[in-house]
Amino acid sequence: MLHAIETSGITKKFSEVTAVNNVNISIKQGELFGLLGPNGAGKTTLINMLSTMTVPSSGSARVWGFDVVADASLVRQSIGVVFQDITLDDRLTGRENLDLHGRLYGLGGRIRKQRIEEVLSLVELTDRADSLVKTYSGGMLRRLQIARGLIHRPHVLFLDEPTLGLDPQTRAHIWEYIMTLTKEGVTIVLTTHYLEEADHLCNRVAIIDRGEIVVIDTPKTLKSRLGGDVITLELEDSADIARLYAIYEHDGFATMVSRSSNEISMAVRDGESKIPRVLNLAYNAGISIHSVSLHKPALDDVFLYHTGRAIKDTDNSELQGLMRSRSHSMRR
Amino acid sequence: MPKRAVGVVYAMWLGEMLRFWRSKSRIVGALSTPFTFMLFLGPGLSSGFQFQGGGAVDISFFAPGFITMSVLFASLFAGGSIIWERESGILKEVLIAPVSRFFIALGKAAGGVTIALIQGIMVLIFAGLIGVHYVSGIGVLGGIIIMGLSSIGFIGVGVSLASRIESPEGFQMIMSFLAMPLVLLSGAFFPISDLPVWLKGLVYVNPLTYGVEALRWCLLGNSTIPVSLSIAVITLFAVAMLGIGGNLFGRIKV
Ligand SMILES: Nc1ncnc2c1ncn2[C@@H]1O[C@H](COP(=O)(O)OP(=O)(O)OP(=O)(O)O)[C@@H](O)[C@H]1O
Ligand SMILES: [Mg+2]
Repeated sequence: MLHAIETSGITKKFSEVTAVNNVNISIKQGELFGLLGPNGAGKTTLINMLSTMTVPSSGSARVWGFDVVADASLVRQSIGVVFQDITLDDRLTGRENLDLHGRLYGLGGRIRKQRIEEVLSLVELTDRADSLVKTYSGGMLRRLQIARGLIHRPHVLFLDEPTLGLDPQTRAHIWEYIMTLTKEGVTIVLTTHYLEEADHLCNRVAIIDRGEIVVIDTPKTLKSRLGGDVITLELEDSADIARLYAIYEHDGFATMVSRSSNEISMAVRDGESKIPRVLNLAYNAGISIHSVSLHKPALDDVFLYHTGRAIKDTDNSELQGLMRSRSHSMRR
Repeated sequence: MPKRAVGVVYAMWLGEMLRFWRSKSRIVGALSTPFTFMLFLGPGLSSGFQFQGGGAVDISFFAPGFITMSVLFASLFAGGSIIWERESGILKEVLIAPVSRFFIALGKAAGGVTIALIQGIMVLIFAGLIGVHYVSGIGVLGGIIIMGLSSIGFIGVGVSLASRIESPEGFQMIMSFLAMPLVLLSGAFFPISDLPVWLKGLVYVNPLTYGVEALRWCLLGNSTIPVSLSIAVITLFAVAMLGIGGNLFGRIKV
């Protein structure tokens, strides 16, 4: 087997949208692969197809060597999925949720108990394990859900926004464990809104927008392609954005120029010496600048450049996720 | 693999049992209806009916009806629970496990039957305590088997509906439209021997009728419909609904 995951032209059309359009990716065994993109980009749909939950409209994919349609049950045997939505049974305790999962995956009594203790202590829920899930906070729900995805030690693990809504400490903790898993050879595909994390930890990332892969590479290469430094301007009046953007584009000293709702960023070589020129151009056009910053390119800049959106703009998905799980528990 | 399948069925069954055990209010709610009816209405109703030929209907006559009714509600509810589980994502989590849907459905159905039997047997015991006389211990055992068969059939009905209906609200509406006529047209609460022809037709196409009649025969030793026919019909009903429900569950999308 060459690749843990390999897709060829995989596509999913819903009645009015093409959620995933002709995606080709190959992910090596043991790789930690990040899937980044704004809300509605198609990340979850792609994961659903790879995990056999959704049948592709066209194209194909192999996961752990098995076709996701023809050998769906073999694929399911090889993978673990931590869904973006909370899919825990809140009428049961945390431990019972884990126990039923372990049984479904055929873990024998002793191993099951041992793994349950292990994952519970990983997500620091040991002391709340016997409370009903109904009484858990949003962060606890997510931690338990991650714990559940890890019990059966899959070859390929899909994590859809695993650290959404967690405090920084727990997030770091989870990431640490994810790293040890990759060292043990587990292949991991994850989506996240925390780009610094993806930057530090992923071997490669793909940026997906409107269902299409815009770019795939290591975070390092993606950043260095932007050039040496990034200058970011915040304008006094966001109405001037388009005009100033056109000026910088036209001037051509920046390798890349991008904009969000009230900021313009440009990648340049030797940033310190470019700042006066950047400010002069704005001054001559009569546009007032609120603030200027100079920094090394981060994945945020890469993301902004390729999608035309800052990932912060899309952060309301966090809210949506919480609302979704709220409404579930209210319904029951 | 067979060992694996047993493990899956057991896991699903265990989940149902744990949830049942946790929802004490549901158990109390489910049992309070038949208990209250039997305590207060049983004696009242029985004085109003007379068999043709003069035999009085006593409270014993109603016991099979109330037992079957509680089995019916528990079964429809157990089958329908998958609609809530689909809504909340629990079903997605189960269906992504590397096990066949057949064993998942089987485990859930086994859980549903167990719950229905627990509730039915509680009503059966209650009826015995307030004076219903059962003909024999063997009869009671046979009755429990009949309850199990009825339960399988109506779990199948619940699963079939839940697989096709999108919203919990829609499901609840259909349930209330379905359950009451089923009970009222089953001969649970009146003798079916002397009904007008049109009503008789409705009663005889209602599968619940045969469940009640077979149970009455087992518990009380008499029935209007021959017991062999009743047993044949509910067995067929159970098998058919199991097939239909299993098939629709197999194609459910989450
Ligand atoms: N079952 C469905 N029916 C119709 N449209 C759908 C369905 N599922 C997803 N879509 C659409 O497909 C597109 C991609 O959705 P998807 O959930 O994959 O995005 P995402 O990248 O995971 O977004 P987010 O960051 O918000 O989780 C969206 O436009 C969404 O509305
Ligand atoms: Mg998503």
